[in-house]
Amino acid sequence: MEVQNSTYQFTEDILAEMRKLVSRYPEGREKSALIPILHIAQKNNDGWLSVPVMDAVAEFLQIQPIEVYEVATFYTMFNMKPVGKYVLEVCRTGPCMLRGSEKILDHIRTTLQIKDGETTSDGLFTLKPAECLGACGYAPMLQLGKYYHENLDVQKVDELLAQCKSGNIKLD
Amino acid sequence: MSKKLLLKNAHVEGIRFLKAYRENGGYSSLEKAMKMSPDEILEQVKASGLRGRGGAGFPTGLKWSFLAKPEGVPRYLVVNADESEPGTFKDRYLMEYLPHLLIEGMIISSFCLGAKRSYIYIRGEYSWIPDILEKAIEEAKEAGFLGTNILGSGYDLEFYIQRGGGAYICGEETALLESLEGKRGNPRLKPPFPAVKGLWESPTVVNNVETIAAVVPIIDITGAQYAKIGVGKSTGTKLISACGNINKPGVYEIDMTISVEEFIYSEDYCGGIPNGKRLKACIPGGSSVPIVPANLLLKTISGETRYMNYESLSDGGFVSGTMMGSGGFIVLDEDQCIVEHTMTLARFYNHESCGQCTPCREGTGWMYKILKKIDSGYGEMKDIDLLWDIQSKIEGNTICPLGDAAAWPVAAAIRHFRDEFEWHVREPQLSQTQNYGLAHYADPIVPKPELV
Ligand SMILES: Cc1cc2nc3c(=O)[nH]c(=O)nc-3n(C[C@H](O)[C@H](O)[C@H](O)COP(=O)(O)O)c2cc1C
Ligand code: SF4
Ligand code: FES
Repeated sequence: MEVQNSTYQFTEDILAEMRKLVSRYPEGREKSALIPILHIAQKNNDGWLSVPVMDAVAEFLQIQPIEVYEVATFYTMFNMKPVGKYVLEVCRTGPCMLRGSEKILDHIRTTLQIKDGETTSDGLFTLKPAECLGACGYAPMLQLGKYYHENLDVQKVDELLAQCKSGNIKLD
Repeated sequence: MSKKLLLKNAHVEGIRFLKAYRENGGYSSLEKAMKMSPDEILEQVKASGLRGRGGAGFPTGLKWSFLAKPEGVPRYLVVNADESEPGTFKDRYLMEYLPHLLIEGMIISSFCLGAKRSYIYIRGEYSWIPDILEKAIEEAKEAGFLGTNILGSGYDLEFYIQRGGGAYICGEETALLESLEGKRGNPRLKPPFPAVKGLWESPTVVNNVETIAAVVPIIDITGAQYAKIGVGKSTGTKLISACGNINKPGVYEIDMTISVEEFIYSEDYCGGIPNGKRLKACIPGGSSVPIVPANLLLKTISGETRYMNYESLSDGGFVSGTMMGSGGFIVLDEDQCIVEHTMTLARFYNHESCGQCTPCREGTGWMYKILKKIDSGYGEMKDIDLLWDIQSKIEGNTICPLGDAAAWPVAAAIRHFRDEFEWHVREPQLSQTQNYGLAHYADPIVPKPELV
């Protein structure tokens, strides 16, 4: 986690969305909305959770900041440091490995000149190796934003990267 | 072809939406169920012999009958859509293509259990699926199948979908409940069981997506008829998600009477192995169940044909058998390296350990490091024994079964493929450029007794 001193404020629209989530739980159980709220908060903070953002979530749910930090750091979908505009999450567990996920990872590493977990200097791409994403039959695959890209080969990855560069890809 | 109950309409155009689902008989089970009493529904589910499709295979009717019903305390149904066991992608298929089947099953099940709010906990990465489910929920509400006074019965019910944050352990039912409560996914000590103290300390039933979907055909054809499909205690149909080195990966519905050989080689299912390669090994029930070499997969140790059902797959126990598990069927051809494959699984379990228990937290990391060492050509013979020792000390010594799930794949790999591990140690350079291949794994041999 990085230390920041600024405070963060959610927009009215986001707050309304968060309140709607909270209303799904019985009274006194508002904290249950924490993970869905973190998803919203991350989406509206360039794909990562800063300390001020998490503090704002704590304040909204009226819980201690530590309760937010301990949850945010537990789950792999929450990024604790800034990420690129396009986060390429490439599955590399057994079933994907059997169908060539290492080749896909290597290709991305060399094409973008980054190691696992790193972001390209132009801030466009982050490579995040992932564990089984439930697409084993359509391997190799990667997740980009909300969607899965499946049955990949090197050529398809190149096309995908080009689409990202031209901003011509559906993330959400 | 096997009889189809769940996927029979999967290819009907527009089946994702209420109109087509209705036109193909959808919600008629609900209409039937709402004329029955909750106890009558429970009797049907018990009679069906349905076993939980999440992996453990626990009888669903029995689980439901354990639900505590104290006065004035709400009860909950929580659908486990966390689906993260490597090799498993069947629940995703059901939710993407047949969302109304899950919703209908949930309404009937909630009514039977007396739940007024039910939750679907879905893995966060399946981030486009909640939209599909929300749409189905909205349609069901508009049609009067969900919401207040369902079909004039006076029964009220609301559904909510909650996305997880990315953690395999949240598929374990008590970790799932913790996560649903907005906490880290640390499994709880049992007892108390969720049936007594579950979500927000209230009695809760947690069931897999496929289990709940199966309630729809059970009510439709009756529990007794459902029980006639399949064999022995493997009643009804099972979804198998097939992946790895096969020609036709995908989700198949089987009636549990077909042989493993037919499942792998028939054009109706996996369609055989690409490029004329031979079968080396298989993990038939998701990455946590023991890997078996081809010779023990197609036939049991006593030489009988092995079938795709709970009993036959586990015939021989862990010495020569495996498990049905979640139905995540992973096939390895002759070019695959058992050491590397086991290493990726060890990495997975290490990554996913919640860290509460020392044997699991430390042991999974240790196993991963040793496997990586052997895989990269730096292994020593004693590492293989050390691996065996570590896995045996994790198994049975942890709060939740993730420890066992991490230990079993390593144990089975060493039990059946020890010579391949030894070859990696003996041939550190060669093993970096070449595969060990098939050896005797496709031929009928018995595992060495001292290794089992
Ligand atoms: C580590 C671990 C992961 C699990 N993951 C899942 C899962 O992703 N989906 C699931 O339905 N059950 C999973 N289970 C099993 C659940 O704990 C529980 O038994 C199941 O949801 C009960 O539903 P069923 O009786 O319908 O199978 C997992 C268990 C463990 C120990
Ligand atoms: S066995 Fe592993 S995952 Fe399960 S509670 Fe213990 S540390 Fe957590
Ligand atoms: S192993 Fe990659 S999606 Fe399952």
